[in-house]
Formats: sequence, structure tokens, C-alpha cells
Amino acid sequence: MSTEDELARVVRDHAGRLAGALVSLLGDFSAAEDLVQDAVEIALKRWPVEGIPERPDAWLFTVAKRRGLDVLRRQQNYRAKLALLQPLEQPPADDRLRLIFTCCHPALAREAQVALTLRVVCGLTTAQIAAAFLASESAVAQRITRAKRKITDAGIPYRIPRDDELPDRLNEVLTVIYLLFNEGYLSSTAERSHSRDLVDDAEWLTALLHGLLPNEPEVAGLLALIRLHRARTAARFTPAGDLILLEDQDRTSWDHAAIADATALLMRTARRHRAPGPYQLQAAIAACHSEAPTWAETDWPQILVLYDMLLTLQPTPVAGLHRAIALSYVRGPAAALAELDGMTAGLQQYSLFHATRAQLLRDLGRTAEAHDADERAAELTANPAQLGLLKERLAR
Amino acid sequence: MKYVLMFIETEEFATEFAALAPAEKEEAYRRVYQWFDDHADKITNRGSKLQGRETATTVRLDSGQLTTDGPFIEGKEVVSGFTEIDVEDLDEALRMVKTWPACPVIEIRPVAEM
Repeated sequence: MSTEDELARVVRDHAGRLAGALVSLLGDFSAAEDLVQDAVEIALKRWPVEGIPERPDAWLFTVAKRRGLDVLRRQQNYRAKLALLQPLEQPPADDRLRLIFTCCHPALAREAQVALTLRVVCGLTTAQIAAAFLASESAVAQRITRAKRKITDAGIPYRIPRDDELPDRLNEVLTVIYLLFNEGYLSSTAERSHSRDLVDDAEWLTALLHGLLPNEPEVAGLLALIRLHRARTAARFTPAGDLILLEDQDRTSWDHAAIADATALLMRTARRHRAPGPYQLQAAIAACHSEAPTWAETDWPQILVLYDMLLTLQPTPVAGLHRAIALSYVRGPAAALAELDGMTAGLQQYSLFHATRAQLLRDLGRTAEAHDADERAAELTANPAQLGLLKERLAR
Repeated sequence: MKYVLMFIETEEFATEFAALAPAEKEEAYRRVYQWFDDHADKITNRGSKLQGRETATTVRLDSGQLTTDGPFIEGKEVVSGFTEIDVEDLDEALRMVKTWPACPVIEIRPVAEM
């Protein structure tokens, strides 16, 4: 692990805890968050030089407190609050669950939820978030400022939702994490030293959430899903950074121990709860792929069943597209193509839709149409790895 | 915290409502009154139901006191009423509006402390 990774890990382990504790102490989300962000910025400058302190939590707390005194002095109940900021003997109670629910409150825009979660819960700096999303730092900063103002002004609470609200609100949190995961997964290339690994943050967040809400099956499902995908990382790219499709990956370089663990988690969850939700189903599909010794031995009928279940819960065009791919292995390319051509709505602008059509058309010997479809797919993707693959196909 | 709930009608809702039989309209009003009664402890100002958008007059003080017929914002969704509530936080306001029995859109705005 590089020093930079180590630094990121330590900051992430402590920043959210500190933010949670300070929000509780100060009763002011925005001010508390500012203090933590300042402390993190200072830590990132000083720790590489001075070394990571023995008690990073106490170090961050002391720095935040020093900054906090200036803020508190401007408030009326300064003395009362100051008394609350006593040196940290014990690590503070873990308030991060409340923190997560506030950051992912449905009254905040999705982009704001994402940026806030990364900054407040994972301890990323504004610059790191901007780099990860290829956005300008000022745009991210503005998004965060606006979201924090809304939390205060609109009375967005700092607490765990009531039981009757929990399913919806948890779903909101999982959507944010899933988005982070996708963003990181799709934008990743073989060398990603320049930017933060959002997949890592997504896995960390899900593991945190799973630790805090161990009986929520969809949290476990998302965790298994992310881990199953990560287990294939080493096989996803050529040394030159080109994407290797699942079909062509060297399965011996998958992390089979991680796959076994994630699959076991999924099985345990399935045994304890009935009807699986969308994340568990997607994880089960990923597990089917991960367990197949070769592409040819993939259990397609099982995958098709899982997609059918997923589609009843989430009838999205993208899930439909993936179902059609599974169908092509069960009932052949003609059946899959008929299915695809019947569901073009919502997918015309989606690169994978055209790439899949191209593949099916090629299987059916309709090469000219396949070429057109590949061209359309290439026009619609900005991802260099996907583009490389399509260009190679077009050149054949 | 105090919030104003702004009840917003869509064209579709207005058309459907206009087409109701008198008894059905009465029943719809009854459900609205019931909602106000159910939340009476949280309503600090029942506010008002407003007349239709065609009755609106807009004065633009920034354009030499220009008086025009019609609402300020042209749109398919119009504010048709408002009420002020005092609740713990946004989540409580959100719970409250979930049971609102009439128009399909509600904007929740915190009241500015003056």
C-alpha cells in the first residue's frame, strides 16, 4: 500500500467519525463539517512530512477544536458549547449512520448527495471530489455549500429515519453508493494513479453501512455485488490499459477468495430474508459469472431467471438489455435480437445497446448491419477503454 | 420549524376536478377538511385556498408599475392555496404532506426568520 493510500485510509477511517461527533456536539451540521474539512486539509499537508500520528482521531479533533474556537466565539452559547469540546479520551460514539442519512436526504439533489457523502462521511477534500468527477473545484465547492445551506435552512434533520421511513431512505443511500461504484468502475482504467478510486470508497461505505445495519439485506447485497466485481479487477485490462470483456478474461487471475467470501455473504443473506431486492439479484447474477470456470460453462438459464426477477422489481431498459444478452445464450441470437428491437425506447442513446445489437447481428451473419451498429455504439461512448474495443471490432 | 405548504394544481388535476359530480366534489372537500382536522395541532395558519389563475393580476414594480392580467409565471402548474405549519423538521413536514388528499404537487418552503 502506498503512503498516499495509507493516508487516504486513515483520513477516511476518522473524518466521518469526527464529523458525526462534532455535529452532535455543536448542533450545527455546516459548521461541524467545515471544521472537519479544515482539519483534513491540514492533515494531508502535515502527515506526509511528520508521519501519521499515533492517535489520528485525537490529532484531527485537536486541530478541529482549535479552528472551532474561532467559530464558537462568534456564537452566544459559546461557553456552554466550549465545555462540550473536551479532549478526546475515548473515540467518540459512532454517529456516522446519522451523518449518512443526512447527506443522502431525498430533499437534496443527487449530485449534492454524492459530493456531501464523499466529503463528510469519507473525508475527501473538495479537490479530490472534483478530480474524481472531472468537475471544477469551484463547481463542487458551490454544490456542497448550497447543500449545507439547505440542510440548515430547510430543517433537514440529523437523525436516523423512523422505521416506517427507513426503507425509502435507505434506498436513497444505496442509490448514492451504487452511483459512486458505477462511476468508479466504468471510468477506471489500468492506470488510475492520477485519481481517487471511487470503487474503493463505495466498497468502504457499503461495508460501514453493513456494519451499522447488519440486518438490512439490500446493504449486504450491494456489498456482495461490489466485492464480486472488484474481485475481477486484475483481469479487466490489458497491460496497455485496454478493456477485456468478461468473455475473454483470464479467470485464474480473479480473486477467488474474495469471490467465495462475497458469495457466502449473499447466501447467508438469502437464507435469512425472503424475496431478494435488486442489489441482491444483481449480486447473484455477478456470482453466477464468478462461479463459472469458463465463459462457455456460464449458467445462462439461471442468469435469465435472475434477470426476470430483477425486471419485475426494476423494469429499466438497461436491465432489459442485459436480459436480452442472457437470452441470446439460452435461445439464440435471433430471439435476443427480436427482444432488443422490441424495446428500443430509452436505449437509443446507450452505447451498449448498439454494441450488443452489433454482436447479435454478426452472430446472425448480417455483417453490414453489425458494422453500422458498432459505429453507432462508438459514437455514443466517451470511455476510452470501450472505444478501443469497438474500434478494434470495426477494423476487423 | 415553520414551513409554508404551497398546494399546486396541475392542468390535469383541475380538469378532472371540474368534471366531478357535485357529490364527489363534496366528498373531496370533506377529505381536505379532515386532513386539516387531523393535523390541527401542527397548523399555525390554515392559510387560504386561492381563486383560479385566470383571476390573477400581476404588478411589476420594477417595470414602472406595469399592471398585467394573469399570473406572474405562465405554467401548467399553479399555486392554488397555502397553509403554514410548525413541525420538528423537514421529515415531519414530509410525513404530513404524504397524506394530503387533494392537488398532486406540494412545495414545502421554510419560513424565513425575520
